[in-house]
Amino acid sequence: MLDIFFFATLNGLVTGLLLFMLASGLTLIFSMMGVLNFAHASFYMLGAYFAYSISSYLGFWAGLLVAPIIVGILGALVERYGLRHVHRHGHVAELVFTFGLAFLIEELVQFFWGRDTKNYQQPDVLDFPLFTLFGQEFSAYRGFMIFISMAIFIGLYFTLTRSRIGIIIQAAITHPTTVASLGHNVPLIFMGVFGIGSALAGLAGVIAGPVLTTFPGMAIVLGSIVFVIVVIGGLGSLAGAFIASLMIGLLQSYAIASDVGMPDLLELLGVSFERSHPLNDLWTLTLPQIAPILPFLLLVLMLIFRPTGLLGKREE
Amino acid sequence: MIPKLAIWSGFLVILLVLPQLFDSILAISILNQMCIAVVFGLSYNMLLGQGGMLSFGHAVYFGLGGFMAVHALVMIEFETLYFSVILIPLVGGLFGLLAAMFIGSFSTRKAGTVFAMISLGIGELIAASSLIFTDFFGGEAGVSGDRTFGPPLFGVDFARDVEVYYLAATWVFIATFFMYLFTQTPAGRMANAVRDNPERAEFIGYSARRVRFITFCAAGLFAGIAGGLFAMNYEIVTEENLNAATSGRVLLTAYIGGLGYFTGPIIGAVVLTLMNSLLSNYTELWMMYLGIMFVLTVMFLPRGFAGFIMMHQVAWFHGKLKTLALPYLITGLPALLGLIGGIALVEMTHTEEETFHFLGISLDPSSTTAWIVLGTVTIVGISGTRLSLKQLRSAWESANTPPSDGGAIK
Amino acid sequence: MKQIQFAAYYFFNSRGGILDGRPIEIVPLDNKQSPTETQLQFRRAVAEGIQIIFQGNSSAVANTLNSTITRHNRRNPGQEVLQINYSAVDPILTEDQCSFWHFRFDAHAVMKLEVLTDFIAMNEDIGKVYIIGQDYSFGQVVSDTSVAMLEEKRPDIEIVGNEFHPIGQVKDFTPYVTKIVASDADAVITGNFGADMVSLARSIIDSGLEIPIYTFYAAYDGITATLGEDARNQVYLVHNETSNPIPTEERKEFIRAFKAANPDNDVTQPRITNALQMVVAAMEKTGSTDPYDIAMALEDMRHTTLSGEEIWMRPDDHQIFQSLHISVHTDEGIEFDADNSGFGLFSEFHIPAEETIRETSCRMRRPRR
Repeated sequence: MLDIFFFATLNGLVTGLLLFMLASGLTLIFSMMGVLNFAHASFYMLGAYFAYSISSYLGFWAGLLVAPIIVGILGALVERYGLRHVHRHGHVAELVFTFGLAFLIEELVQFFWGRDTKNYQQPDVLDFPLFTLFGQEFSAYRGFMIFISMAIFIGLYFTLTRSRIGIIIQAAITHPTTVASLGHNVPLIFMGVFGIGSALAGLAGVIAGPVLTTFPGMAIVLGSIVFVIVVIGGLGSLAGAFIASLMIGLLQSYAIASDVGMPDLLELLGVSFERSHPLNDLWTLTLPQIAPILPFLLLVLMLIFRPTGLLGKREE
Repeated sequence: MIPKLAIWSGFLVILLVLPQLFDSILAISILNQMCIAVVFGLSYNMLLGQGGMLSFGHAVYFGLGGFMAVHALVMIEFETLYFSVILIPLVGGLFGLLAAMFIGSFSTRKAGTVFAMISLGIGELIAASSLIFTDFFGGEAGVSGDRTFGPPLFGVDFARDVEVYYLAATWVFIATFFMYLFTQTPAGRMANAVRDNPERAEFIGYSARRVRFITFCAAGLFAGIAGGLFAMNYEIVTEENLNAATSGRVLLTAYIGGLGYFTGPIIGAVVLTLMNSLLSNYTELWMMYLGIMFVLTVMFLPRGFAGFIMMHQVAWFHGKLKTLALPYLITGLPALLGLIGGIALVEMTHTEEETFHFLGISLDPSSTTAWIVLGTVTIVGISGTRLSLKQLRSAWESANTPPSDGGAIK
Repeated sequence: MKQIQFAAYYFFNSRGGILDGRPIEIVPLDNKQSPTETQLQFRRAVAEGIQIIFQGNSSAVANTLNSTITRHNRRNPGQEVLQINYSAVDPILTEDQCSFWHFRFDAHAVMKLEVLTDFIAMNEDIGKVYIIGQDYSFGQVVSDTSVAMLEEKRPDIEIVGNEFHPIGQVKDFTPYVTKIVASDADAVITGNFGADMVSLARSIIDSGLEIPIYTFYAAYDGITATLGEDARNQVYLVHNETSNPIPTEERKEFIRAFKAANPDNDVTQPRITNALQMVVAAMEKTGSTDPYDIAMALEDMRHTTLSGEEIWMRPDDHQIFQSLHISVHTDEGIEFDADNSGFGLFSEFHIPAEETIRETSCRMRRPRR
C-alpha cells in the first residue's frame, strides 16, 4: 500500500510540474492579453519536434538549449504579426485565431515530420535509476524533469517579483497605458511575454517528448488539460496555476493507482445489478477507467460553483 | 430592395432544382452533406453570431440528437415504434433540445470565457463518456440503423440517396425558415442586445441569463435536427459526431462563412463541404490548406465570406460596383498565379513519385529547374499582387464615396 | 497503401496484368479512420464503379463498411461490392455479423489469443499475469478471452490485474506501471496499438521491470525504432507470417524489391499480398470480375503463400486460417529489420493453421443468383 502511495505521489508530482510548465506560460499570456491561447499546446509540440530533429544531429543537450529559443521566437512572431493584427477585431476573433493556429500547426507538423511516432530518446547520461524503492525504479530523467520544472517556477517567481523587468511586466499587465506613458515600449513587452510563454511551452515539450511520446496528437492530449488547469487555478493567477497543476497531477495519479469504483460503492450499499441492466456501464465504472477525464469533471464543477477559480483575479 | 418573398421562393427553387442539375451519386452525396452542414452551421450561428456565446462543445447536441435518431430508426426497424422516417430529424431535434435544456440550466449563467470553457469541459466529458457508456453510444463502432423500414411515403422508402436529399432539403428549408424567424422575434433581438451589452439589456427589464438560456436551447434544438439529418443520411452515428473536432469544424464553418450575417454559415457550409469532399480527392494536404485558409480568413476577413460580399453594399448603392471589376482582375491574376505556384511547390515537396503531375503538366521533382521555375512563378505572383494592391485600394475608395452629383440611391 | 500498390505491381502489372493483360488499378481512398468518412469514400468508390474494396485498420471502420456494403448490396442488386478485410480483427465480423460479401484475411483476436495463451502456458516461470488495455471492444475481447483461456490452460496462473484505460487519453503510463509492479506480475498482456502501445511499453521498461510484454501491435511504424535497445527480448508480438527467419527465397526477393522501391517503409502486413493473390486467383478461375463470382470462388479456396504455406478460406464464415507466430523484439538473427533500426521481429513459436481453427457462430445468408 505504502509503495503504491509513494510512487503515485512521485508520479503525480512529475506530471503536475510538467503541466505547470505549460500552464505558467498560458497564465502569463492570459494575464497580458486576456485571451486564452489555444495554440499554446501546439508550441509544446513544436518544442518536442524541434528538439527531436536537433538531437538527431547534435545530441539532447543542444536540443534542450536551442529548441525552446526557436519556439520562443516563433511565438513572438505570431504575436507581432498575427495576434496583434487580430486584436482589433475583438476577443472572440483572437480566440478563434489561436484555435485556427493550433489546427494549422498540427497539420504543418504532419507535413514536415510525418504522422508516425518519433524516436526521440532521453540522453544516455540520465538513463539510470535514481533510486529503487519497493521494486520499482525511479529514473534519473524524471528527477531531471522535476528539477527543471522547480527551477523554472523559482526563476519565474523571482524574476516577476524581484527584478526590474518583472515589475514592469506586472505593471504592464494591469495598467498598460500608464506603463506606456512612463516611456516603456508596451507592445515590445507584450511580444516578449508571449515569446517567453511560448518558449516555456517549448521547453516543456523538449523535456516531455522522450517520456510522453512524440507524435502529432501530443498537443491535443495535453492541451485541453492545460486549459482546465488554468481555469481551475483561476485565470491570471500563477500561484493558482501551480496549485491546480499539482492537484490535477496528483488526482489523476491517485485515481489510477486506486482500484475503487462503483462496484465497491454498490457493495457498501448492499445493492447489486444484473449484467443486463441498461445502466450496467455505470455500475461497473471504476475510478481508473475515468481518471483521464476527471479534470474535465472538476472543470465543470468549478465553473458552476466558483467561476473565478481557486485564486482567480481577472473576471470577464 | 428585393422582396423577402422572392428570396425565400428562390431558395426553395434552388433546393429543388439542384439535384436535377447535379445528379451523379457523388454530387447527391455532397448535396446531402451540405444540407446537414447548413443546418448545423446556422444553429451554431444562433449561439455565437446572434447570442455572442462562443461554444467549443456544440457538437454535443448534434451528436446526441443523431444518436437518438439512429436509435429511433432501430426501434422502427424492430417495430418497437412505428412512424414515418420523415420525422426522424424531429426526434433528433427534440433530444438535442432536451440536452440543451439540461446543460443550459447551469452553463448559461455567464457568457464569455466562462461559458466557452464550460462548453469545452462538457464537450470533452460527453465525448469521453460516449466511449464508456456503450449501451447507448455503441462504443467506438457507434450505432447503426436502416432508414428503409418505416412506412413508405407515397411509395418512397428512402433507399436512394436522392430521396434522402429531398427529405433533407425540406428540413433545411423548414429549419432555415424558423431560424430566420427567430432572429425577427423579440427573443432573437434580445439575444443580439444581450450579446452587445448585457448590462443595458438588464436595465430594460430582460434577464440576460434567461435570454441566453432560450437562445442556447433553440440552438440545441436545431443542432439536434442536423444530427437527425445526419442519422438519416449515413445511417450511423459515432463518438466522432460528439467530439471536439466536430465542434471545431462547425466553428470553422460559421466563422469562415461569416458570423453576424444570417447567410454566413450557409456560405461557409457550402464552401467547406466542397473543400472537404472534392479537394481531398486531389491532395492529401487539403487539411493544411484548410488550416491556412482559416487563419488567413480570421486575420484578413474577420467578417467571413458573407462579410466580404456585404462590404460591397455601399459601392452597389452608389452604382459603382462595376468600377471595381477591373481592379479586382488586376490584383486577382497575379494572386492566382502566386497561389498556383505556391501550391505546386508545396505539393511537389510532398510527392514521392518519380514525376509530379499538376494541372496536366508533368514535372520532375529531382530537377532544380522545376523548382526554380515554380519558385519564380510564386514570387512573381506575390510581388505582382502586392504592387497591384495600391490601385485596388484607390479604386475601392472611389467606389465607396458618393457620386459627385449627390444622389446615392437611384 | 504502398504494400498493396507494390504487390499489384510486382505480381501482376509488371508481368502483363491479369485476365489476358488487364492491369490492376489500385485506387487509394483515405477514410481518415472515421466511420463517416468511410461512408463518403464508399459512395465515391461506387460512383467510380469500383467493386472490390480492400480495408484494414480499425475494426470500427470495418464494421461500418460491412453494414454499409450489406445495405448497398441489398438495395442495388447487380452492383454489389466486395469487402476484403486484411486487418480488422474484431471477431464479430466473422461471427454474429458475418456477411457473404465480407472476407477476412487476418486471424481474428480470439485466434491470436489462442496462440498467445499457449505460449504463456508453456512458460513455467509465469505465475501472475497483468492484463491492461484500451477501453473498447477489442481491448475487452483481449481481456475476457485471455482470462478464460488462461484459466483453461494453466489454472494455477493468477490474474493479478485487469485494467482498462480510455484510448488516446493517457499521457503517462507510469501510474499504471506502479500498479503492475505492486501486483508482482510476471507478465503483461495488452492489445494496445499506436501511441498508447509505445508509451505503455516504454513506461514499463523505464521503471526497471524486466517481465515479458505480450502485445498485438508493438512493432513497425516507428514503434520498433522507439522501443529500440531497451526492449530487447522483452516485447513479444503475435501475428501471422514470420518477419524473421523467412522460409523461402521467393518471399525474401519480394521484401527486398519492396524495400528498394520504398526504403522508408516496411512490409508490415504480408497478408495483404495473400489477399490480393487470392482475389486475383478467384478472378482467373472464374474468368470474371463480378463480385458474386469472385466470392463464390474465394470460398473454400486453398492458396500457397510466398512463404510456402497453404492457407484456407473457410466458406462458413469467410475467415482465413493460417499459421500464427509469436515473435520477439530483438536485433539477433534479424535479416529484415523494422523502421531501418536494426531491430526487428524474430519468430520464437508458432502453431500451424489447423490448430487455429475454431467454431463459429456465423449463420451466413447467401444471396440467390
